[in-house]
Amino acid sequence: MTTSAMLILDILMVLSLLSLAAAALATSDARRSVILFMAFGLVLALAWARLQAPDVALAEAAIGAGLSGALLLAAVREQPRPALPDDTKTVHHRDHSSPKLLLEWTVTLLCIVVAGVLAWALAQAFDRAPQDTLAQAVNENLATSGVSNPVTAVLLNFRAYDTLLELAVLLTAVLGIFALGPARPGYRAAGPVFGGLVHWLVPVLILTAAYLLWVGAHAPGGAFQAGATLAAAGVVLRLAGQRTVGLPQGRTLYLVVAAGVGMFLVVGLSLLLLGRPFLGYPPAWAGGLILLIETAAMLAIAATLVLAFLGGRPQPPRTNVTGGKPLATLISTLSPRSRQGLSGADAPGAEPHKHFSEDNSQC
Amino acid sequence: MPELLAVSALALILSLFLGLLRVVRGPGAGDRMLAMQLIGTTGVGLLLLLSLLLDQTALIDVALILALLAAVAAAAFTGQELETGDD
Amino acid sequence: MIEIMSSLLIVSGLGFYLAGSIGLLRLPDLYSRLHALTKADNLGLGLLTGGLALYTQDLLIALKLVLIWLAVLAASAASAHLIAQHARRRETQS
Repeated sequence: MTTSAMLILDILMVLSLLSLAAAALATSDARRSVILFMAFGLVLALAWARLQAPDVALAEAAIGAGLSGALLLAAVREQPRPALPDDTKTVHHRDHSSPKLLLEWTVTLLCIVVAGVLAWALAQAFDRAPQDTLAQAVNENLATSGVSNPVTAVLLNFRAYDTLLELAVLLTAVLGIFALGPARPGYRAAGPVFGGLVHWLVPVLILTAAYLLWVGAHAPGGAFQAGATLAAAGVVLRLAGQRTVGLPQGRTLYLVVAAGVGMFLVVGLSLLLLGRPFLGYPPAWAGGLILLIETAAMLAIAATLVLAFLGGRPQPPRTNVTGGKPLATLISTLSPRSRQGLSGADAPGAEPHKHFSEDNSQC
Repeated sequence: MPELLAVSALALILSLFLGLLRVVRGPGAGDRMLAMQLIGTTGVGLLLLLSLLLDQTALIDVALILALLAAVAAAAFTGQELETGDD
Repeated sequence: MIEIMSSLLIVSGLGFYLAGSIGLLRLPDLYSRLHALTKADNLGLGLLTGGLALYTQDLLIALKLVLIWLAVLAASAASAHLIAQHARRRETQS
């Protein structure tokens, strides 16, 4: 009974995924396809959960659904709005010029090739004997890694180089974002309902991020998921009309963004100086070092994702910062009265950011 | 009891699938936003069931993230951009 | 005894979920669909959470479940309002 129910569950899940993907690709309205893509990401998170991969499910829910959806929506908005309302069917004129057609066919062919390679790799993985798999090797060495979550052990210890390079890729992305110029124009200040949501959502997101960072040592979680959750807090603040969305200003921002790669290098080089291999943690200190690197990585990832949402270099606040309690100034930002003057959103610029970066450095 | 959990999970994915029919076919853009709500609440229920069924307590954390991020997605969809580059 | 209670709660929660989906399919316009979805699904989640909390008999997990339900309640209430407001704005604009 249970297994047949699970089988039907799997089939329905696959059908949902396929139909969402097909619908997202088939529509010619960019906004429609972005929203369907977000829905696809959420259902994909459910699929990862069903496959008993909680770390990936966490990452997919945080990044794939929430954050990349927000990014894509903001990007789609920059297209000029079509004159017709949404309800009328837009006639999609296919561009039949030969370079475009050639490009389409090339991309389609490449996708098919990649899908074929992935399918072949999956088939190979099924044939492997259990003792050859990565999982076996990881489980044998888990005791010396400093953490008890095998995914974190692989990411931060056994394959730490890969994570270092991934963070370097994120840093390069930030350089690209800075090269785009100033950030996109912001959003209108939040009304009472949205403001009420932001009031509790942002602290809860920050707290959840800290929790995910901490729990990543012995349960699914870790720096990437925590960074994405923290970035979601920044995105929500931005959507509510906050200008400096908790990002530090000027040089501190550069420091935070480079912190992921930087901490890896600091730890690795210090270990080199002590006579150990680069990033070869001594087993006694491994847990502490991993937590240190993960904290820096979380801040870097969060800053990178928020910068990506901003779409450029964050602008400094125009007016002077007045003193005052952070919460009071945050409340005044989000109340309807502040909609009269945009400069009202500038005032709490420094306070929440201090709050923000202080909160996280205590992790 | 595990059979009930499994059948409940099946019922939830069925209701999700039914809802997706509306989301995919729905005429307006707001209908597609309903997808966020639908998958948000149904997905959370499904994740909680799966966490007890598959004995993975981490899935409860996934449910929490899903709930919070679905709200962020709805906010992202409905945020009104400032027209001028006044920022 | 507890199993019976929790089974009842779970099944009634499922009923509300299915009702919400049927409402989503059958109701005429966006606003009524929002009603069906948000109210029915959240109640279904609450009943489901109650049933699961009884089933686990682990206090911490039960507390976590209830907290998740409260978060979903607050978040989906605000989200539903935002979606409806957005739709209204688009209607009055075009």
